[in-house]
Amino acid sequence: MYEIMIKKLYRTFWFAILGELISGMYLTLKYMFKKPVTINYPFEKGPLSPRFRGEHALRRYASGEERCIACKLCEAVCPALAITIESEPRKDGSRRTTRYDIDMTKCIYCGLCEEACPVDAIVQGPNYEFAKETRPELLYDKEKLLENGDRWEAVLSKNLISDKKYR
Amino acid sequence: MIKLLVDGQEVEVEEGSTLMQACEKNGAEIPRFCFHDRLSIAGNCRMCLVELEGSPKPVASCAMPASEGMKIITKSSSVKKAREGVMEFLLINHPLDCPICDQGGECDLQDQALYYGRGMSRFEEDKRAVDNKPFGPLIKTTMTRCIHCTRCVRFMDEVAGVHELGAVGRGEDMEIFSSSPSGLGGELNGNIIDLCPVGALTSAPYAFKARPWELDKVNSIDVLDGLGSAIQIGSKDGEVLRVLPRLNEDINEEWISDKTRFAIDGLKNQRLDVPYIRNSSGNLQKCSWEQAFQLMANRVSKINSSEIAGLAGNQMCLESMVSLLDLMKSLNVDNLDCRPRNSNMPISHNNKASWLFNPTIRGIEESDLILMIGTEPRYEAAMLDARIRKVWLKNKIFIARIGGGAKSTYPINEIGNDPSIIDSIYRGDHSFNKKLIKSSKPLFIIGQNIFTRSDSIGILGRIREIAKKHNAFNDKWNGVGILQNTANIVAGLEIGFVPKLKTSLNTNKILNNFENGKIKFLWSLGRDDLDINNKNADSFLVYQGHHGDKGAELADVILPGSAYTEKNATYINTEGRVQNAYAAVSPPGSAKEDWKIIRAFSSYIDKTLPYNNLEELRNRISEINNGLTTENFLIKAENNDIGDPKTSLLKEEITNEKLNFFMSCNISRASETMAKCIITQQGK
Repeated sequence: MYEIMIKKLYRTFWFAILGELISGMYLTLKYMFKKPVTINYPFEKGPLSPRFRGEHALRRYASGEERCIACKLCEAVCPALAITIESEPRKDGSRRTTRYDIDMTKCIYCGLCEEACPVDAIVQGPNYEFAKETRPELLYDKEKLLENGDRWEAVLSKNLISDKKYR
Repeated sequence: MIKLLVDGQEVEVEEGSTLMQACEKNGAEIPRFCFHDRLSIAGNCRMCLVELEGSPKPVASCAMPASEGMKIITKSSSVKKAREGVMEFLLINHPLDCPICDQGGECDLQDQALYYGRGMSRFEEDKRAVDNKPFGPLIKTTMTRCIHCTRCVRFMDEVAGVHELGAVGRGEDMEIFSSSPSGLGGELNGNIIDLCPVGALTSAPYAFKARPWELDKVNSIDVLDGLGSAIQIGSKDGEVLRVLPRLNEDINEEWISDKTRFAIDGLKNQRLDVPYIRNSSGNLQKCSWEQAFQLMANRVSKINSSEIAGLAGNQMCLESMVSLLDLMKSLNVDNLDCRPRNSNMPISHNNKASWLFNPTIRGIEESDLILMIGTEPRYEAAMLDARIRKVWLKNKIFIARIGGGAKSTYPINEIGNDPSIIDSIYRGDHSFNKKLIKSSKPLFIIGQNIFTRSDSIGILGRIREIAKKHNAFNDKWNGVGILQNTANIVAGLEIGFVPKLKTSLNTNKILNNFENGKIKFLWSLGRDDLDINNKNADSFLVYQGHHGDKGAELADVILPGSAYTEKNATYINTEGRVQNAYAAVSPPGSAKEDWKIIRAFSSYIDKTLPYNNLEELRNRISEINNGLTTENFLIKAENNDIGDPKTSLLKEEITNEKLNFFMSCNISRASETMAKCIITQQGK
């Protein structure tokens, strides 16, 4: 009986001095002196894992020769059926693609193509800023993918090396 | 019968069986590379090792004959270890280039390495590299991948009969060599691509085009020769990419000829994809179906029925022939024919025996003596030739020929070209009669070259009498076979696409009358063998077909039809076997299925044919002969009364028209691969 009375009294007092408000404002005040967790995107960017699965790229060897040999394993493994490949013998007799298309609107960014590739030709790079205004711009062809590869090669090769021991 | 124990279960096999057969009878799966059912046993890959109780080492089950009371274990750890060891050795020198290998996805080595391999190699030394070999334009070689199973060598020696392959060197240095630097000869080379368990031999025209899992596969039949071999058509994105053989013991076993396999690139070239009409300046001009039909209907309405004729050709399906037959019947036209020019093949249904290959292709294996007259089966029907080689190889039977021709893969005793030889055999005073008397199942193969002679009836009659005298006709054996060299001529004869009345015209007369203007409207259903020299201004030629070949050149109206890969259709082969082909891709452009074109035109001239779909059309066909709509139905001749021995023979020698194996029809003529083959052949 006596205890209940004390509790009620306490509650009344807490209410009278706007206690909830004070505790809330105290939390706010505390964070004013801490390092902020938000970043100023797009001027600042968060860290990315070397395994990050972003925009696709087709890589080349150091000699400039394209890596892709048209084995079509990525096409076979792709669960979204986003990859289309056509191939024929190049003039020197080697096996090459004549067409390598990825429909980025179908792609689910699962990374299986990357895993299937026996020559590390198709990779998913660190770029995630490729939103486009129209749909056709997201239908990538071989030219676009190779261009991506050339642009990102420095990062791509570094990522692959850093992830090598886990593969 | 021998009884033995496989994995503790009793199995009974015939005497002479191998351990592998016994194991398979028990349901055990035995991996193998060198062993093949239809080739001799080599026993050199060692993949089929099994444990045999009492034997200190595992034994190669493919080469070990089964004997009474053997105890075999196929699933022990030592068998597993032995197979893993063999696989590791095989992979020592096999390059890891599956991603760029065309065999990838259908490779025996790939599959078996997965199931029977260790998954790791301990080999750290340098791998072997081998030079590629020139195997011609059809076969691409990557000999570094070879695992020395020698299936290709054995196939070429035994089945194809072209002794150009061999193995040189031993152990690691062994290489498959071809003795002819310009490429392999023969007509069955393509089969070594299928036989090769690895990617050492792959198809050159198909190189890097598709993976096996991408192809849409349709089981169909081939129409490039008269045999109707069973094939599987692989297509991707509406394009036929490859043809593989399918098992059919009655016709092609499991092989096909190079033409069947590689002529398919001709399906992309020279195609008719829109209707054409000849304009006032004499050039062919694209038009709509309505325009083409309008022009034809105008022509037909102005002339009477005796001035109309219809010719049907090889490769045309049964359905389209029946439709055209019905259309012509509704117009009261009797001038119909499906035989080649100059051919006087008998057409009466009373002697079907004079246009069927009565002994059947499988039946060849039973014969013990063969006489060929005016035929060279090697080029006319390569798979039939392989059958003859098979029976020759097995029983060393005597094979004779009248009329000469190309050499084949078995010895042919040319007994002359003079028709009087037939007379002499008929009378019984020829040296060949000694062989005939000893024979219990003689086989007479009569080629198309006989039917271009005016004395064909006499020759057929004499052969009939000879056959009668020498046990060729009884309830178990019919030894006289007419070999057709085009696909569906038997269907034309069976449904009566022939000049039935005395007044109706045959192919020759139709063409002559067409040239001099007495036939004013000629409907040519895929006929490319017509040599029309000077077309009369009054005459009007409608060509319906799929290739712009000889037949379409002179046409006034071209109606684009579909090829055998593009329609569900029925074909009847030379032995009278009814088989269905199935559409693998759709016809190009605005081309249509052939029977639909004829049906559409019939409604244009108010003679509408009474069928609206394939099922109704097939019901109509079953009215002609119920069997014609039954897959694998065999048309049988009721009697053997062919020819007439009383008519006299000509003095003129029997000769063989030189047949170009690689370019015998409009599809193969449009094929680049076939053209390359001819260049290779000329270089030999």
